[in-house]
Amino acid sequence: MAETYVEHEVSHPALQHHFENLEQQREAGTLGMWVFLVTEIMFFGGMFLAYTLYRSKYPEAFAIASNHLDIKLGAINTAVLIFSSFTMAMAVYSTQVGKRRAQIISLVLTIVLGLAFLGIKAVEYYQKYEDHLIPGSLIPGNPFNPDPHAMHLTPGVSMQHVQMFYWIYFAMTGMHALHMIIGVGLLSVLLYFSLKRRYTPEYHNPVEVIGLYWHFVDIVWIFLFPLLYLLGRHLGGHAG
Amino acid sequence: MSEHIVPVRVYVSIFLALIVGTTLTVWAAFQDFPGPLNVIVAMTIAVVKATLVVLYFMHVRYSARLIWVIVASALFWMGILFALTFSDYLTRGWM
Amino acid sequence: METFVPPVPSRINYINAQYGLKSWLLTKDHKRIALLYLGSISFFFFIGGLYAMAIRLELLTPQADLLQSTTYNKVFTQHGIIMVFFFLIPSIPATLGNFLVPMMIGAKDLAFPRINLLSWYIYMLGGIVTIYALLAGGVDTGWTFYTPFSTTFSNSYVVATGLGIFINGFSSILTGLNFIVTIHTMRAPGMTWFRLPLFIWAHYATSLIMILGTPVIAITILLLAFERLAHIGIFDPAVGGDPVLFQHLFWFYSHPAVYIMVLPGMGIISELIANFSRKNIFGYSFVAFSSLAIAVFGFLVWGHHLFVASQSVYAGMIFSFLSFAVAIPSAIKVFNWTATLYKGSISYDTPMLYALGFIGLFTIGGMTGLFLAALAVDVHLSDTYFVVAHFHYIMVGGTLLAYLGGLHFWWPKITGRMYPEGWGRFSALVVFIGFNLTFLPQFVLGYMGMPRRYHVYPAEFQVLHVLSTAGASILGVGLLIPLIYLMWSMRYGKVASGNPWHLPGLEWRTQSPPPTENFDYTPVVTWEAYEFAPPEEMEVVGKFRDEVAEKV
Repeated sequence: MAETYVEHEVSHPALQHHFENLEQQREAGTLGMWVFLVTEIMFFGGMFLAYTLYRSKYPEAFAIASNHLDIKLGAINTAVLIFSSFTMAMAVYSTQVGKRRAQIISLVLTIVLGLAFLGIKAVEYYQKYEDHLIPGSLIPGNPFNPDPHAMHLTPGVSMQHVQMFYWIYFAMTGMHALHMIIGVGLLSVLLYFSLKRRYTPEYHNPVEVIGLYWHFVDIVWIFLFPLLYLLGRHLGGHAG
Repeated sequence: MSEHIVPVRVYVSIFLALIVGTTLTVWAAFQDFPGPLNVIVAMTIAVVKATLVVLYFMHVRYSARLIWVIVASALFWMGILFALTFSDYLTRGWM
Repeated sequence: METFVPPVPSRINYINAQYGLKSWLLTKDHKRIALLYLGSISFFFFIGGLYAMAIRLELLTPQADLLQSTTYNKVFTQHGIIMVFFFLIPSIPATLGNFLVPMMIGAKDLAFPRINLLSWYIYMLGGIVTIYALLAGGVDTGWTFYTPFSTTFSNSYVVATGLGIFINGFSSILTGLNFIVTIHTMRAPGMTWFRLPLFIWAHYATSLIMILGTPVIAITILLLAFERLAHIGIFDPAVGGDPVLFQHLFWFYSHPAVYIMVLPGMGIISELIANFSRKNIFGYSFVAFSSLAIAVFGFLVWGHHLFVASQSVYAGMIFSFLSFAVAIPSAIKVFNWTATLYKGSISYDTPMLYALGFIGLFTIGGMTGLFLAALAVDVHLSDTYFVVAHFHYIMVGGTLLAYLGGLHFWWPKITGRMYPEGWGRFSALVVFIGFNLTFLPQFVLGYMGMPRRYHVYPAEFQVLHVLSTAGASILGVGLLIPLIYLMWSMRYGKVASGNPWHLPGLEWRTQSPPPTENFDYTPVVTWEAYEFAPPEEMEVVGKFRDEVAEKV
């Protein structure tokens, strides 16, 4: 006769009732975050498609538009985000080996670096606002109207296509920034519970999965940076 | 616990590699390579950097095969979106 | 076949475990969430049905006498939006899927119960935003929202409706995510992949589509909204944009979406055919893999919606070929179902009637899809009533029939009551007749040239339209009758045992209605799917339950 009863182990306070054990819960949590990241890949994928299409159609306009982006700030932001990915990985590591102080410090650093990224982004956006480069009528009083001379617009290249670049720039970096803001929020929650000693070597799946999310946001930027900022530098683009 | 703990030195090496990659890609952007090489160089560096983040920071190198399948599938699906859409745009001028 | 040990009897089930509105609105129990969805989905189906009624009433006469043009545009648009996004896509997964997936794999709940509840609230929020948009004045772009009409020229509530659909998309994504994780990580001991019911395979494949496709329509709607609000030209030719890009992005999701709609239905049909033939599904692994194949191939064919949209002919040829290929796994399923029926011990209960109806009607719908996949033929049939008839054969003749069949089949499990069998068979017949009378004439209309989305037409088409409207009335009646007797049965229906149909599935090895944790013990599975035992052995559970019910 088949065994029909399975004993329940003494449960960890973090074990949810519908899971058999912590290992199953952890597996489910990690798999769940990965499946969610798949949706994020497809979400950004649609915008990458639009970018690829219009860049292939209007290479000169895109190069000219791209050269007006601040490469220094873009590169600094890239380094900031990469560093934050490192500190995030260290936060997971620290939790895995039970080093609570390192865990807290790593989380705080990650949050600070994330906020630094957003701050630099805000500076960049403000520069675009001042140069009347915000596309369409997104800002009602400040339509897209840059100085063609300041843009180094070569004759024959349409300013409309330049605007197309800036729309894609704002859509993609804006969506990325939104995900960063959400990430900073999630990290703050993690920090709060870390201070309350919730995460241990035995139970730290939330730190892991939010780490996965954070690394994903980093990867999106790893692609955004060369595609948006480095397009046309070899065509005589000057630094910043 | 069946999870693998990645040593700190691995994280540090990957971090340094990513910084080097970033520096490289900025330098390469200002070089006028022939033909489409600028794009190819930039995208290759980006793919390498992303791969390092996925494999080491996101622990995929130490993860179950299912995770590999998931990552590969997502990339494949983006590929479908690109390939079939461009099958339209690239061949429009052929008529 | 292991000897089954009956659990300790208990009259407490998931319905009476807790009382009060809060216990339902804040529940984490997948079964209660399934019922929450059942209520809301039925509501939206009813709204979509009202719009359908308006369409068919207007089309009784060749002139525009009931509705003005803009109103008619809004009516068919809203019929499409409500039916596609708020009924067909969530229907089976969110009701029967939510209820049965954990039970069929031997789990206590889905992997993320709170996310499950969240998905219902998101669905309701999306629905409320959309209803608001409809009441505020509606949208007239067609459910497909093609640019540049939707971005530049339409004077209707495009952004608000788009927002409602956008929000609703997250509900879909969360449901799919939950199913995938649950099926991977929470199967009971012994429940290997190839012992899973085909209902599970179908929902797994559906969830893959939800995960991979829905985000693309999400970003598309956002881009559309921004273009409309901020006059930015990603789809606007005047500033270098391409309106066909919208169609590519839109249909990248919306074609796989039709497989989200039909795959769960196919999963139900596999269950019904096997169970009501008392026979294992012929070619179990073929059916399982064809579900996955449909999910994958379904992503490769979206360009067949762009054949006449100035898409390159060469891309058209590729998409045409792939569209033929995607029919193959569906055909494999139909063949396997038919082979299952052969020499089966068939009983013509209501669910089986719906299943048999599905096989016939889905086959017609699928084959007419092949006509449309042929480039040259599609040039003539595109945007005619032929297309309308084709997709209604699949979505109504297919999905809706499967949904009704499944609802009846699992009704005793969900409610603990049997529906009245006589009325069940009668309304299945009425639905079948009404449906065919509605949509068969539409194939002819389309072939004769009647365009879709028109409310004015040449007089020679009127006879067919009148037949179609008559059919729609009969269909409407056929759908109202189950609404009445199903609700009646919840109070006055015959009390059902744990296994009223005497079947081997895991969901039948617990009481009806199930306890909150589904099983009183963690099942250990040692049998294959659809392993039918002699009736005496299957009686054990049913008899035990009835005996207990008499004593208590």
